[in-house]
Amino acid sequence: MDGSGILKGLGVTIKRLIATYVDDFKRGKARYRTDEGIAYRSSAEVQGIFTIQYPDEKLPVPEEFRFVPFLVGEEQEDGTLDPRCTACGICTKVCPAQCIWIVRSKDPKTGRPRPKPAEFYIDIDMCMNCGLCAEYCPFDSIKMDHNYELATYDRKADNIFDLQKLLKPVSYYAQIRPENYKREEEARRKAEEAKRKAAEARAKAAAARAAKAKAKAQQAKKE
Amino acid sequence: MSTKPKDEGLNSPQYPIPEDLQGVVTITTLDRIYNWGRRNSLWPMMFGLACCAIEMICTAAARFDFARFGMEVMRASPRQADVMIVAGTVTKKMLPQVVRLYNQMAEPKYVVAMGACASGGGPFKEGYNVVSGIDQYLPVDVYIPGCPPTPQALIYGLMKLQEKVDRQTIKEVYGRRAEMIPIPVLGPDVMDPREYDRIREYTRQKAEQEAAAAAEPEAAQA
Amino acid sequence: MSEQTVMIQNEEDTLLSRFPKVVRKDERKGYEGYVVEANALTDFARTLRDELGYDYLSSVTGVDYLPQGQMEVVYHAYKTTGGPALVFKVQVPRDNPVVPSLVPIYPGADFQEREAWDLLGIKFEGHPNLKRILLWEGFHGHPLRKDWREPYFEAEHKPYKSRFPEGKVFRAEERNPFGKNVDYPAGFDPAQWTPDNTNALIYEGLGRVEKASDDLPTEQIVVNLGPQHPSTHGVFRMVVTLDGETVVDLEPVMGYLHRNHEKIGERNTWLMNMPFTDRLDYLSPMSNNFGYALAVEKLLGVKPPERAEYIRVIMAELTRIQNHIFAIGMFLNDMGAYFTPSLYAIEERELILDVFEAVAGSRMMVNYFRFGGVARDIPEDVMKKIHDLAFERLPRRIDELDRYLTNSEIVRVRGEGVGVLTPEQAIAYSAAGPVLRASGVPYDVRRAEPYSIYDRFDFDVAVRYHGDVYDRYLIRMDEVRQSIRIIQQALQQIPEGPIMSGKPQYQHRVPAGESYGRVEGPKGELGFYVVSTGKGNPWRYHVRAPSFINLTALAEMTKGQKVADTVIILGSIDIVLGETDR
Repeated sequence: MDGSGILKGLGVTIKRLIATYVDDFKRGKARYRTDEGIAYRSSAEVQGIFTIQYPDEKLPVPEEFRFVPFLVGEEQEDGTLDPRCTACGICTKVCPAQCIWIVRSKDPKTGRPRPKPAEFYIDIDMCMNCGLCAEYCPFDSIKMDHNYELATYDRKADNIFDLQKLLKPVSYYAQIRPENYKREEEARRKAEEAKRKAAEARAKAAAARAAKAKAKAQQAKKE
Repeated sequence: MSTKPKDEGLNSPQYPIPEDLQGVVTITTLDRIYNWGRRNSLWPMMFGLACCAIEMICTAAARFDFARFGMEVMRASPRQADVMIVAGTVTKKMLPQVVRLYNQMAEPKYVVAMGACASGGGPFKEGYNVVSGIDQYLPVDVYIPGCPPTPQALIYGLMKLQEKVDRQTIKEVYGRRAEMIPIPVLGPDVMDPREYDRIREYTRQKAEQEAAAAAEPEAAQA
Repeated sequence: MSEQTVMIQNEEDTLLSRFPKVVRKDERKGYEGYVVEANALTDFARTLRDELGYDYLSSVTGVDYLPQGQMEVVYHAYKTTGGPALVFKVQVPRDNPVVPSLVPIYPGADFQEREAWDLLGIKFEGHPNLKRILLWEGFHGHPLRKDWREPYFEAEHKPYKSRFPEGKVFRAEERNPFGKNVDYPAGFDPAQWTPDNTNALIYEGLGRVEKASDDLPTEQIVVNLGPQHPSTHGVFRMVVTLDGETVVDLEPVMGYLHRNHEKIGERNTWLMNMPFTDRLDYLSPMSNNFGYALAVEKLLGVKPPERAEYIRVIMAELTRIQNHIFAIGMFLNDMGAYFTPSLYAIEERELILDVFEAVAGSRMMVNYFRFGGVARDIPEDVMKKIHDLAFERLPRRIDELDRYLTNSEIVRVRGEGVGVLTPEQAIAYSAAGPVLRASGVPYDVRRAEPYSIYDRFDFDVAVRYHGDVYDRYLIRMDEVRQSIRIIQQALQQIPEGPIMSGKPQYQHRVPAGESYGRVEGPKGELGFYVVSTGKGNPWRYHVRAPSFINLTALAEMTKGQKVADTVIILGSIDIVLGETDR
């Protein structure tokens, strides 16, 4: 108990203090406000100052990052967004906080339900950002957003997201989650291909059957 | 997604400064200088309730560092704090303490509801011991959604608070005396002292209904 | 027949022959253990502890079997030398549930019995201090009873029918006559209400000392620390009686973060509980996921594929590292080092959280485990980052932290000999995790009853022998090093392959029965007791929270210490209120 332990400990802090300056000199301006700088400051090698100067620079979020959900809409020619959602209701069933409400739309003529949501609400003040809705959506329609800058002054007005607020274009989704988007598109293309092939095969088989039946009938006629 | 408001510092935007004097002279209003001082020294209360408090600690730590906004002075005493960051689920058992802490803060004071729980009960909303939104008891200035909000989301919310501070005037802030919020009482459930009459009316009706429901099967039998 | 089965057979013979008629095997399908008559419980427990070596009572909880009209109290006892649990139960009628208290035999049952009283209304006869623990005196009813309904009650089970296809958005408060989450019993008059006497009861219950001599007359005063206090790591309250600066008695008061985890959990579907477990011990969500997944997988009878097992272990150990260094940082904060050690610790923690964010999607609330696997595979670049952390950065930084703190005279003077818990006390109070091991009991669930693939790794169970605050700090350092070892091995062995067994699904038909899944969480033994009736929702969902049970020993540790030391003793237990109060 001669105080050497404390001195040794202080040595560690001084070393860290010096390291900040050394690193600043070594890397210079490239250390701040550049993408490489941010990448370096969040890598395992980082020495010295660690701070991300939000809001001047932002810590990039990884692809899987999830905040609140949004709905993916296909861009139409007239500029509107058509939700991919088919109002199947799986997201309302898996949601642990039960914060999703869907009204299925009806065909105005027949009155029968149509596979499109008429209304879609998510209460952001209940949502627990768990991502289960996005995980189990069979139509890749509901996804988790990257935008975390959502603070408001009035929650009653702003924090129940309706269809209009939830809908975002496919291009936005492709931009925030490129890998997932690629994978899903690939799967969809394959599924469609398989469907088309199956349909072709069916048509072929049907044609063959028809030809056979015809031949048979002709033969029967002959006889 | 640019969020940063143009930093005009102390200058009031409506008074243009000649180019050769920029950086030397500042033309400002009393309101602006007053608010400039306040917005850059918002001291939060050292007060965490649940998960969000950990993100608040991370915001205070080296990586996000809200000392850059003059907020590093986390005060454990409400008397010295300007902002109450309600970081986490407010339970009924904790509610009287939260209200008492708010009452003890000096004006001008602000409340930030951090996270889904503090804003509206969050995933625990249905719980029997959970207050669904601290705004039922305290006036909330900024709501930050998320469960939990990431440190950057919290800083964004605090910047929104700074914007709000900017918009206030000395007249409305200076010398204002806060109304004391009556401290809720823990009874069979949490009770707001202002609502005693309503509670009595409600329980009386409930008792009548129960008596009627109890009488009904007897009547049916008879 | 293996040695273990022989031993269990012998135990069974002993117990059944010793207690004829009053003890029988639990014959219900999917259940295990013994059913003991209430009047024989004390003798049965004494036999278990003294003769069969089950010295560690891990979990006590109640189950409300409403259709059968009975309450059941479920006990899980273990041997500190390792091995499986011995489960025993007491069944009592629901309208008057009275069970003899086991506190005289296992003092660790104290808080857990109080919790069962508070939430289920089971009376424990002979309990020294049977008060409400999570709620307050005067609260109306016992909320975990199946026929008790909360103000926002909407339906018995999720998913709610009102959400689809005719979902009309509503806020629950709009339906409540008061516009908030409250309800009052019929005929209640607030004017007649005397404010709750919780405080009075606590103050009365605190012990005082008889002064031997009155040379220096001091007054014994009661001091409240918390629930809003910077040293209590959240909303926790300690009421202490002080004689001068010396603590005479202490009572922990909790429930300020009781957010009804179990009640909500019994309404949720099995999968929905996964993200809720993140919010238990919000500093180590991966471990919570792990425990819950194990408990349900036991019932479902699924086994995750190899790669998923390795990913689970890597994630759980990363969690342990970040939890422990954060705990050390905060502990030093309590000690008066102010912020520097915690800033250093949080820096490393942030890097680990980056890994979680990239893999699971969120820094803290990971929601990563699924029944039979994990949600996502680890991407290539993140794998490299984990490599860098495990092989380069973390070992270096832990050494640095070690140099910085371990031999510092201040840390040693403040820590050595403070808050001592002897091994006997630690076992008796059912302390778990670092608290137990710092007292010289080498008990680690990963070794005592290996789960997942922990039997494949080469690691040491860290153990220290003084049982003081300083040793609890050291043991966390040791455990971080062991965790790094495990991660290094796992990274070298991890195979390629699928990460889910079977198709991902959101509705699970869980066979009826009970199951207790436990893992060695960073805070100690984290157990999940679930009962299924074969429906889509658990009938009972209970969490054996190490933070909660470790607090049972707090009073014992602080008595006779200085009041300034209570703060660091609490810091050395490392509690998280989300788990303590649930």
